[in-house]
Amino acid sequence: MALLDIINLKTYFPSADGLVKAVDAVDLRIENGERLGLIGETGCGKTVLGMSIIRLLSSSTRIQGQIIYKGRDLLGLTEDEMRLLRGGEIAMILQNPTTSLNPVLKVGDQIAEVIRLHGGLDKKAAKAKAVEMLAATMIPNPLMRADQYPHELSGGMKERVMIAMGLAGQPSFVIADEPTRGLDARTKAEIVKLIRDMTAGRSMLMITHDLKAAGEACDRIAVMYAGELLEIASAELILSDPCHPYTQGFVHSLPSRGLQPIPGSSPSLIDPPSGCRFHPRCPRSMDICQREHPPMIRLHKGDFVRCFLCT
Amino acid sequence: MHLIEVLDLKKYYSTGFINRQYTKAIDGASFCIERGETLGLLGESGCGKTTLGRLLLRLIEPTSGKISFDGTDITRLSRKGMRSLRPRMQMIFQDPESSLDPRMRIRESIAEPFKLGLRGKMSRSEMDENIMGLIETVGLNPEHLNRYPYQLSGGQNQRVALARILAINPEFIVADEPTASLDVSVQAQILHLMMDLKREFGLTMLFISHDMEVVRHMSDRIAFMEKGRVVLEG
Ligand SMILES: Nc1ncnc2c1ncn2[C@@H]1O[C@H](COP(=O)(O)OP(=O)(O)OP(=O)(O)O)[C@@H](O)[C@H]1O
Ligand SMILES: Nc1ncnc2c1ncn2[C@@H]1O[C@H](COP(=O)(O)OP(=O)(O)OP(=O)(O)O)[C@@H](O)[C@H]1O
Ligand SMILES: [Mg+2]
Ligand SMILES: [Mg+2]
Repeated sequence: MALLDIINLKTYFPSADGLVKAVDAVDLRIENGERLGLIGETGCGKTVLGMSIIRLLSSSTRIQGQIIYKGRDLLGLTEDEMRLLRGGEIAMILQNPTTSLNPVLKVGDQIAEVIRLHGGLDKKAAKAKAVEMLAATMIPNPLMRADQYPHELSGGMKERVMIAMGLAGQPSFVIADEPTRGLDARTKAEIVKLIRDMTAGRSMLMITHDLKAAGEACDRIAVMYAGELLEIASAELILSDPCHPYTQGFVHSLPSRGLQPIPGSSPSLIDPPSGCRFHPRCPRSMDICQREHPPMIRLHKGDFVRCFLCT
Repeated sequence: MHLIEVLDLKKYYSTGFINRQYTKAIDGASFCIERGETLGLLGESGCGKTTLGRLLLRLIEPTSGKISFDGTDITRLSRKGMRSLRPRMQMIFQDPESSLDPRMRIRESIAEPFKLGLRGKMSRSEMDENIMGLIETVGLNPEHLNRYPYQLSGGQNQRVALARILAINPEFIVADEPTASLDVSVQAQILHLMMDLKREFGLTMLFISHDMEVVRHMSDRIAFMEKGRVVLEG
């Protein structure tokens, strides 16, 4: 049985200009012990997908579908049941440290709080463990840092506090949203290693713009575009020989592969293009692509792609 | 001609009430940036890059040292003197959420520089035209204009911050990891845009990034920071 089975998930936001379809009919399965990367351009719906799983969205949000985690539909749980899972069983490393950390609490205390709640340690032991977690994220002088407030830390240090906090409760399933943002190459390599070690035998959904980190930390990668998934395959295949023209273009905008942006801009999520959502920007678009919405086709070995060219 | 000249700049922080500890965030930095030049700044997390950027725009006060902008020592300027220089020097922050006012709709954030008259007198329709031009330049959609920052993604907010700075049209920009929250395709677009601005308008930049390849693409010269000191390449 899969650890997580997302079925036909739709997450819509009402707005002044209409309904924003941030996640639009997503099917995604994460196996026990699997680490899945989620990539795609800014605004395509990655964070909203993560937030939907852990149900951290405002009450005006419309969510439909099923999110089956260990046999239970998370969308059917009460808020109290959900709170018990969050931070312990399922943890999310949020994308934005500045707005996610409590500005008036020392960072060591914030990490210790998670450990105390989910690890059953007393106050003193939890604090010691928090310092240990900070040290594991390569923050120099962790004892002094634990005693500081978020605004006293650099951007990369705050990011690492978020990681320490996310992993502190030893969750079975981690959703990491841009965990390597703003880190230098050396620290990033260490953090990817730390995440790999700490999630060994557990499962992870890693949302990232860092294709290299996704390749190193994940087994499979899913590619998202305008609220939909377009391609899912092994990390190696996605980065070296993807099938979907969007994934191909995306990979080619890396500085090392020519710094070639995909022409055009992201489509509206209120009124997305007809047919294939990528067709207005696709270099290989055909007549059928404007008219018909390509289904997600299963290729060999559980690889999926949504493109008329690849079938 | 130097636009920016920094001499023996220091910024020390102290933390903790009982066991007072000092962090020498900037510890004797000296360097210049020519007009029209992009100086790339590389260095490990926590070495002082953001602190240096904030000091150059006097968003924080130095412990000691001198910073001149276009021949004026800004460390000695009055509040009023500083206010008149502000529009000429701007910062793109590492996390977009701190550049935007959470209570302001996106349209208001981008329109503010026009309303303050930073670009001369403008009619309502000229302003709208300018706003539409800017959001297209940074790759946003008109449907984003009526929203608040919390209703946009991280990368979309970073692009709003950029559009706002383009509206101000400064001579000097400190870009602190301007593309760290963007995907590789939008990153490529934005980097091309910044290079165009430099070519067309002679924009001067301090470009902070952890990505060696990006820095090489963008910079005329590269400086490395280590423990609060700046070392120039070559
Ligand atoms: N509360 C909201 N109301 C309306 N629209 C929203 C809201 N929150 C997010 N959106 C929209 O939903 C889309 C998906 O946002 P999301 O934050 O998931 O993007 P993302 O893929 O994580 O992007 P990034 O890489 O920039 O973080 C975006 O286009 C955003 O504008
Ligand atoms: N307000 C503050 N109070 C105390 N210490 C501070 C404060 N601001 C920054 N520091 C310290 O100054 C040092 C330099 O921080 P800075 O944010 O400039 O680093 P950075 O090079 O930008 O790092 P990063 O790449 O992680 O963003 C760090 O040790 C940091 O903890
Ligand atoms: Mg996001
Ligand atoms: Mg910084």
